[in-house]
Formats: sequence, structure tokens, C-alpha cells
Amino acid sequence: MWRKLYSVMSAPAVDLQQDFFTIFSLPRSFLLDNAALDQRYRELQSQVHPDKFSHLSDAEKRLSMQWATRVNEGYQTLRDPLKRGRYLLTLHGVDTQEENNTAMPMDFLMQQMEWREGLQDAIAAKDIDALDVLADTARNETRNLQQQLAEQLDTTHEFVAAAGTVRKLRFLEKLAEEIADAYDELDS
Amino acid sequence: MALLQISEPGLSAAPHQHRLAVGIDLGTTNSLVATVRNGISVVLNDDEGSALLPSVVRYLADGSLQVGMAAQAVQSEDPQNTIVSVKRFMGRGLKDVGDVVDLPYRFVDTPGMLQLRTAGGVKSPVEVSAEILKVLRDRAERSLGGELVGAVITVPAYFDDAQRQATKDAAKLAGLNVLRLLNEPTAAAIAYGLDNASEGVYAVYDLGGGTFDISILRLSKGVFEVLATNGDSALGGDDFDQRIYCWILEQAGLSQLGVNDVRLLLTHARTAKEQLTDNLQAQITAVLSGGELVDVTLTRDTFYDMTKNLLARTMQPTRKALRDAGLGVDEVQGVVMVGGSTRMPQVQRAVAEYFKQTPLTNLDPDKVVALGAAIQANVLAGNRSADDWLLLDVIPLSLGIETMGGLTEKIIPRNSTIPTARAQEFTTYKDGQTAMSIHVMQGERELVSDCRSLAQFELRGIPPMVAGAARIRVTFQVDADGLLSVSAREMISGHESSIAVKPSYGLSDEEITQMLKDSAQHAKDDMQARALREQQVEARQLLEAVEAALQEDGDLLDADAKAAIRASMEGVRFLLEGEDQTPIKRAVEALNQATLPFAQARMDKSVSGALKGHKMSDLES
Repeated sequence: MWRKLYSVMSAPAVDLQQDFFTIFSLPRSFLLDNAALDQRYRELQSQVHPDKFSHLSDAEKRLSMQWATRVNEGYQTLRDPLKRGRYLLTLHGVDTQEENNTAMPMDFLMQQMEWREGLQDAIAAKDIDALDVLADTARNETRNLQQQLAEQLDTTHEFVAAAGTVRKLRFLEKLAEEIADAYDELDS
Repeated sequence: MALLQISEPGLSAAPHQHRLAVGIDLGTTNSLVATVRNGISVVLNDDEGSALLPSVVRYLADGSLQVGMAAQAVQSEDPQNTIVSVKRFMGRGLKDVGDVVDLPYRFVDTPGMLQLRTAGGVKSPVEVSAEILKVLRDRAERSLGGELVGAVITVPAYFDDAQRQATKDAAKLAGLNVLRLLNEPTAAAIAYGLDNASEGVYAVYDLGGGTFDISILRLSKGVFEVLATNGDSALGGDDFDQRIYCWILEQAGLSQLGVNDVRLLLTHARTAKEQLTDNLQAQITAVLSGGELVDVTLTRDTFYDMTKNLLARTMQPTRKALRDAGLGVDEVQGVVMVGGSTRMPQVQRAVAEYFKQTPLTNLDPDKVVALGAAIQANVLAGNRSADDWLLLDVIPLSLGIETMGGLTEKIIPRNSTIPTARAQEFTTYKDGQTAMSIHVMQGERELVSDCRSLAQFELRGIPPMVAGAARIRVTFQVDADGLLSVSAREMISGHESSIAVKPSYGLSDEEITQMLKDSAQHAKDDMQARALREQQVEARQLLEAVEAALQEDGDLLDADAKAAIRASMEGVRFLLEGEDQTPIKRAVEALNQATLPFAQARMDKSVSGALKGHKMSDLES
């Protein structure tokens, strides 16, 4: 887009197109040092955030917005286990097929249906306690699946199986969203 | 607050100049302007010594106008031409404004944003707000003795894109360079946080004249990170007045009042509300235009009772914000009270009860937002401060697009940290389809009809292909002001039909220019001279910025590159003192272009600097 006017002497150490693990200089694995991620995020934003550039040239402002946007996107992706797992699989060239692969194990689907019915009942009965129990169950199941995903991604490298786990986690994420909506609904 | 200006050694060639910047709280009821002076944030008073400018504008038939106290004093005599609480109409259509029947204005139902018919002509809320901002700009320039480099204008955190855009347009119309739109609760947090060197999770409960915001922030090591925000952009002190007003009508057996009487009783309602902060009862005595006497006594208990559900309407978003932040009440370290309406004892009690702690009120709730905005403005203008702090704010409402069946699909969820961008790919529905319609929405509801329509645009020039073959990538970018821009591109054919969309309610640059011209004719202000001056200020700022960059990072460039930039700078300097704005503008653009690779190199250096010492091997142990 821009005509290059001259070359600069130092080669960039990190560029905008590099993967999020490189940008945050964290090892490429599912298990992650959250404190290091938070710290790195703040350090990066204190360098690139638009507030640091608002008195500078338009070129610097534009770059700053691109960088700050990318750093925010990276932080959101790495901080959330499901997004992080999905992203790692993409880096390994594995598509999680969340839109089109609906072949889930029967027992998993039965379990999902049971929870969803429980959710509907809790809403109908305006039963906050039942909602709390359900939220707890969903959290536990999510944790179990995350442990499984860590194993598959970091230790055994079973990426196809890991994609299946990501699909299950997506089901649980939707359930968690519905539970959150239910809290809002019972609150109003 | 340690905000001393420390001049940078590298810049000593040019004397360190303090750039004049202000923070403006453009409030529903009152507006204020503040600045950092000798390292301390202070509110600037008018000639009579008052800090608060009533947000009231009166238009007269001879084309003149009154702003502030003078306008407020005559609001019951000339209610139709005296606009109060105009903030409630910013970025709003007539159907969005609930209780128009009770308001004394002559509304004009214009698409996007309503307008008001006054003796001085039809005015948009943007123009009315610009009049308030102009008074504050003048006050600041006279008080500081120079032209402002820019201003930070605060907006309620829960303002949507339309309301933000309208605010920014008003500032432009008032001749202000907007450094940033800053969320009001975040501004308050800056003022409190820097003052008290606090760490931990804070809630900011901001009940103003017409808007309610709740923000949950984490303060840690100089970083202000907004975790979640919620609110109601049509709930505030005005509603408490309205309740009292309705109660008066009921008590006095009145109905069908004229506009003057409505305004009169609303003013009395407000006075009674204020009296009930310190007194157990308030006497309301007024003589209506028909000679009827209204004489009623309102007790505090009755007032509490009739406003209970207004308080409940603030607690629901509060609970929601905490849930969104993933935190419990006991994890909140402190609660900051902002906005004049938090003076009401029942508000303080409700907040204390919910958070199980006494809320913080040691800064004046009317001034704290402007004070925080000034601190941010000072930093954004490039005046160094000793504290190196960073602000990470969020977008309050989800952004999405309309899909089949009138449903919305969320693209950027609420409470995403800004700036943020998300791309989504679309494809064609029919063979040979060459255009596609995209409808951008903001809100949390599933149905398009329940969300706010931000923009509707057509992407044309898609090369004809079989259905489903085209790949159109639509990118949503939200900048650090929380403002959205949308662009679209066809990916497969390499045909880059990229467009940027300005939301439909926003004013085009031409419209703003026209409005500026119109208002200039009124004020007999010399438009061209102003534009030239602004261009010169911008050019000088750019020269200064590039000079500082060269001092700091000149070693990133080889001799040729440095010479090229220097030549471009000379070009700007040569034209700077000329009488014509256009060549300066061109030279500024050329310099901006010439420094792009340099900017890139500097950014790379900063980023690698941030990561220095974090080798991968360190992390694996």
C-alpha cells in the first residue's frame, strides 16, 4: 500500500504477523503460566497502546492501533483455554470442525441434553440454587476436559482427538453462556 | 499526586513547552473543564468563580444565544427555546426518547438523531452540545493564555457508538481537537487511583443527571484495567426529579399543564430533591401561570419510597457487571461514588448495603470526572508525567451483524478490551451475485429489532461467481475511543473493493464543515484564520514529534534515510509561516508518509524492548 522510501537498518525482532506465543514470548504449549502472560500483556501494552502515541505522527498512531489490537487479540486468545486450544490446533494445521462435525459420542450428547433440561427447569422454577448446582457441574466438567486437552496437546500429541475435545468444550461454553443468561433473566 | 513535568534531556534543543490540554466533563446537568497545572489537576472556574457550567443553552430569535447560568435562570419563562439535559438526546432518535410528552420542546423527527425547533432555528443535539463546549474552550483558553492542543471529552461508559460519535462531532464543531473520548467512571478511577496509589479491584458507581454507569476496574502497578462495565444511558437524577414532579401533580390534582408550568414544577422538584439530602422534609410552593397555588410538603420517606425502583434499576446492572467480571462482592476493595446524584442518602445507603462497605466520597463527585480527564489529557498531549500509567478500557455493548431471519450475530462481545478488531468472512447466496448488504448492530439482544442499528451498507463490485464461491471478509475495528469502523474486501478474486463506513447517524465531514461555516457567520469568527491556525499548530506538533523521535532513535536510520526525513521536515517548516492552509496540509501529509518506515522501526524497537530478558528458555523451567 505504501511506496517504500528507504530501508531501515535494524531487522524487526517481532513483527505483527508472528504467532501469539512468539509475540508474548511464551512457549507454544497448552499449559501456560498465567502470571507471565498477564505481565507480558501489560509490558507490551505499555509500549504499543494508542495512549502512548496520541501526540505523535499519524503513521505512528496507525501502527500503534494495529499493534495494540493484535496484542489484545493475542491476550484474549491465550488467556481463554478453549481459544488457546483451538489456536494451538490451527498452528498444528488441524481444523477443529466446530461448525460441521456434529458426530459426538452418544453418552456425551445424552449428558448435554440432561443438563439443558435441568437448565430449563431451573429457569421455569426461578430456582437460583439449582442454577448454582448446574453451574458448578458445568465448571467441573470443563476443567476435566481441559486437563484432557492439555494431555492430548502437550504430551501425547493426539491432535485429531484434541479437536474432538475442543468440540466438547465448545458445547460446554455454550451451556455456560446459557447459564449466565439464565442468571440475568432471573435477576430482572 | 506526583505529576511533575520533567523535561526530557534529549529535547533540550527546543525549550520544553508545556502543551495546553484540558479534560472536559460534558454532563447532562453541568459541564466542567479541568487542566493539569504545575503537576496538579485543577478545575477551571469562570469569571464569577464557579466551576460548574449548567448544561443549558437558550436560543433567541435574533440569532444570539445564552449558555449556562443565564439560560438556566430563564428556563421556565422560555422553556421551548431553552434546552436542558441535551445529553439525553445525543445520538438518539425521537422514538428512543421515552418521556417526550412531558418535555417542553418542539421535536423534529429526523432520521438517526432527533432535532429541536427553537427561536434560533432547528438545532441538532450535536450543535447544542457544541455551544456548551465552546464556552468551556473559551474559558480554558483565556485562563491558560493560549490555544489548546487538544481535549479529552468524557462520555458515559454505557454510551453506544451513536452517542459517542455525536459527542465527538460536537467537540469538532466547537473547534476542539479530541485527544480521546474517555469513559466517565474510568476518568474518576484515574483521579482516585493516582491520588491514593490504590491497588486491587474497585467499583465505580456513577449516577449523573441523565446516565448511570457501573464499572469494575483492576488497579495494579500503574495499570487501570476495566474488567466490565454496564449501565443505563437513560437513567439519572432527572428521573428522580420526574418522580417528584408526578407526585406534585397527583397531590395538587393537576393535569394538562402548559410548557412553562411543567418547567417551573420540574425546577421545584429538583430543588426539593436537593433539600432532602440534608433535611427530612421539603416544602414545595409555586404559583402557576393560571394563578393556581401549589403548596405541598414532601418527606424524605415518601421520596425514598417513590424512587425505590429507580435505585433497583441501578443495582441490576451492578450485579451484571460483577458477574461479567467474574468477581464476587467480597472481592471489591473499594467503591467510588461519582455524579451529583450520588449525594442522595438513599443512593449511598443502597450502594453501601450491596457492597458491604462505606463508599468513597472524598473527592467531589461533581468534579472527579473532569479532574481525571485532565490528567489523561495531559499525558495524551505529550506532557511527561512522573507516573507511567496505562489505561485499558472496554467496549460496553456487543457489536454484531444481522443474519437471516432478523437475528443478530455477535462479532465483538461486550467488555472486549479496546482497541479491538474482528474479521468475519461471508459468501454469496446466489450465482452471479455482485452486491451484498451488511447491517451493523449494537446491543445484547437476539432480535435485530431490539438492538441499535449502527450502519447499513452495500458492498458492491463483487466479481460474478457461483453461489458460495466469493469470500468477503468484513473487518470491524473499534479504536481507543470506542468508535467503530467497518471495512469489507473480496478475498478470492484479488479484487480489493475496500470501503470504510461511517455509521448512518454520524455527521459527514462536509456537514460538520457546513455547520462550522453557519455558526461562524453568527459569531463573526474568521473561519479561515482559525483553520490556518489549527493547521499550523498541527504542523508544529508533528515537527516536534519527529524531532523527538530522531533524537531518541535516529540510530535506527542510515544517513540517506535521515536526510530524506530532514528534507521533508524542511518542507513543512518552509510553508509553515505562509498564509495558505492547503500547502501546509500537503507538506504535513508528505512528512507523515516519509516517516512511516521510521515509525515501524521505532515500534519494533519498543516491542522488542518490552520483551527483553524474557527468553523462551527462562520460561520452561
